[in-house]
Amino acid sequence: MRAKRILYLLLREAGIGLALVLLALVFAAVAPRFASVTNVTNILTQISINTVIAVGMTFVILLGGIDLSVGSVLALATIVGGLIITSETLSPGVAILLSVAGSTLVGCLCGLFNGVVCERWKIHSFIVTLGMLNIARGAALQISNSRTIFSFPDSFNEVGAATIFGVPIIFLMALGVVLAGRFILNRTVYGRMIYAIGNNEEAVRLSGHAPSLYKVAAFTLCGGMVGLAAIMYMMRLNIASPILGVGFELNAIAAVVIGGTSMSGGKGSMMGTLLGASIMGVLSNGLLLLGMGDFARQMVTGLIIVVAVIIDKYRAQALMRSSFQLEPARPGAGKGTGGAP
Amino acid sequence: MGALGNASPPDIIEFQGTTKRFPGVLALDRIDLVIRRGEVHVLVGQNGAGKSTLVKLLCGLFAPDEGRILLEGEPYAPRSTLAAIRAGIRVVFQEFNLLPYLTVAENIFFQRLPRRAGLVDFGRLFRDAEAMLDQVGLEISPRARVETLGVAQTQLLEIAKALSTQSKVLILDEPTATLTPPEIHRLFEIIARLKARGVTILYISHRLQEVFDVGDRITVLRNGRKVETLSAGEASIPRIVKLMVGKEMGEEYPFQPELRVGAELLRVEDLRPRGRQHAVSFALHRGELLGVAGLVGSGRTEAVRAVFGADTRESGRIYRDGQEVSIRSPRDAVQSGICLLTEDRKAQGLILAMPCYANVTITNLGRVSHAGLLHGGAERSATQELVDELHIQTPSVEQLVGNLSGGNQQKTVIAKWLFRRSEVLIFDEPTRGIDVGARFEIYQLLWRLAAAGKGILIVSSDLPELMGICHRILVFSNGRITGDLPRDQFSQERILACAYHEYVQGRPRAGSPGAPAPG
Repeated sequence: MRAKRILYLLLREAGIGLALVLLALVFAAVAPRFASVTNVTNILTQISINTVIAVGMTFVILLGGIDLSVGSVLALATIVGGLIITSETLSPGVAILLSVAGSTLVGCLCGLFNGVVCERWKIHSFIVTLGMLNIARGAALQISNSRTIFSFPDSFNEVGAATIFGVPIIFLMALGVVLAGRFILNRTVYGRMIYAIGNNEEAVRLSGHAPSLYKVAAFTLCGGMVGLAAIMYMMRLNIASPILGVGFELNAIAAVVIGGTSMSGGKGSMMGTLLGASIMGVLSNGLLLLGMGDFARQMVTGLIIVVAVIIDKYRAQALMRSSFQLEPARPGAGKGTGGAP
Repeated sequence: MGALGNASPPDIIEFQGTTKRFPGVLALDRIDLVIRRGEVHVLVGQNGAGKSTLVKLLCGLFAPDEGRILLEGEPYAPRSTLAAIRAGIRVVFQEFNLLPYLTVAENIFFQRLPRRAGLVDFGRLFRDAEAMLDQVGLEISPRARVETLGVAQTQLLEIAKALSTQSKVLILDEPTATLTPPEIHRLFEIIARLKARGVTILYISHRLQEVFDVGDRITVLRNGRKVETLSAGEASIPRIVKLMVGKEMGEEYPFQPELRVGAELLRVEDLRPRGRQHAVSFALHRGELLGVAGLVGSGRTEAVRAVFGADTRESGRIYRDGQEVSIRSPRDAVQSGICLLTEDRKAQGLILAMPCYANVTITNLGRVSHAGLLHGGAERSATQELVDELHIQTPSVEQLVGNLSGGNQQKTVIAKWLFRRSEVLIFDEPTRGIDVGARFEIYQLLWRLAAAGKGILIVSSDLPELMGICHRILVFSNGRITGDLPRDQFSQERILACAYHEYVQGRPRAGSPGAPAPG
């Protein structure tokens, strides 16, 4: 009984942060190269892009929606960004700036389209973004004539490989995006509305708000994050290709869900999403170092997603029980009428 | 206290020192209670008194921590609701447990559909269902889908479903909360018929008058303890209320007649809610408590929702302080100082999983933010002020609203609209599911708001409540307003005559006896 309570407390207080630490410790013990500076840098670089997309995805999922189009939109955004950056009429500096702007704008427009269609015609985002998944992929192939674009300016490519005190710049960008997302969720009116709508949209509407506006904004924001991720991708790989990003939506959704955000909306956090993306990165990297093949790794990653959700269920229960215990009994104000589960 | 004297055959149910604890709460404290075979036993008590816990012990959802329960003299400890049903105990809960997309007949016989060669025997299913529906006097097709039924029909369907197994004990939890007077009357007839068949009925209600209409004996619970069991003959409303609250309440609706009705605050002209044939017009003044009576389905809720912009309307003009305003959504209404406190607090009024302060400030986040950034301190202190003013019982403003009791949740809804400084407050069933003590506090609050110059519109199915607290009552009947009665003309008969007017006449006719022309 006592052990159980301690487990509850651990789950409640530490949750997935603890899982990440345990996972890292296990790998450090069994895979000698895991804890090396090079490898940690490597992991940080690898999780950066998924983290940025997952931040956008967190906004959408908190509202009870989903965005399946992020992988395709990422490809389209790299193509637009790539065409601008390799344009011969522009000087490198201007080209880079316009490329960043263009890529982000394309992402935002795709997200805006998703949001407006969902809200104007009241269609579930699963279907609308499934459509956008194909639209964006088709557009990327069409615009690029299904060719890969490369030879970007050197200064652009260098940022993708640069580090500050050993930390990849690309990861710092991702961290910045996470912190900004966290600030929006916790401190702004917009963030409050996202949680409120995710919990009870009708109550928000009857409180005198227009939930649709906030939802369209979230899809647009998610698209913008994807545009940003596209730029980071180009910096890292130094190419733009219409076939990039296949399956990225699933990684992003997995990171969000492992991070404890509820698929039905209203509950979750940005820090959770960062930890979720980190767990996926650490797992994939660690298993690789142990010599596990791609196929087996994919199976394990899938399993982890399912296990994470199961653990989260227990975590929610632990939260409820411990809050019962923390709450002093108050006749009349408490939950006398069979309020217990 | 519980006298267990009679030497006759064993009583159907007996609680012996039954205790149930939840972490931090003693839900039932050594209950000794006898329920006699074939009686209608009424349980009353405020929210949190332990009524629901008692029911949940009987239907196998909880097990007692101490003491025991006897069923016909034998120890009874059901491990599941199914076990309880097999033992002959069946509950009709406040929340419906029906499958909306299946037919009435399938719902009634869901657990044991008649079969032939492995397939459902629909012919027999519908015939059997028809018979069950007859028993409760429900005139609907067994082929109808449940989602198409009204609330009252759904309630009666739940009872029919409960009767489909041979129940010895039928437990009715607030069965009349959503019913209109004629439906309640029919329910009581059914209860009488069941009683004649030897079924024992445990009846739970907040509406004290019903206790005398239907009950043989009454048990009052308070804070998890049994206070007293009375026979219907020795009980009276003041006595029961006194036992429930533990102190004298005085009159149930002590109206404070200081009516200082001021200027016109809201005027509605030719408002026709979507899907309705008739339009209504009415006006509300500063300081006025205007009641809206009528049968369920008479268009009351539709009308107020249309005023608020929650549902679209076919036509109609709305004036605030004499100026026409365009209201196409709740957002427009809120900006014009109109607010609606919906019937269903949990689903539409509150965000249960969010803290008290977030629920209060959501109506006007601009007041506690600057340039889009929330000011947490301002939010909490503003909420604390309202919590103090409205006497909301909560450990802190951080408490999740879902953990508050019904009365305190309703006060939280009121707080959120006061935070918005709304002038016109429209309440739809403000005291449904709220216990007597908290009701009284809400009435006082309504008077205070009216005295402060707000205009208050109250839709309620509880006629004594409306007559007790309002200055004026509008009566809806089949989508029209058939009565506009000032306080000195209030009488149950008068209001009911207006409420039935359009249904009795068949074709609407103006200026018929018994009802004033539409106001």
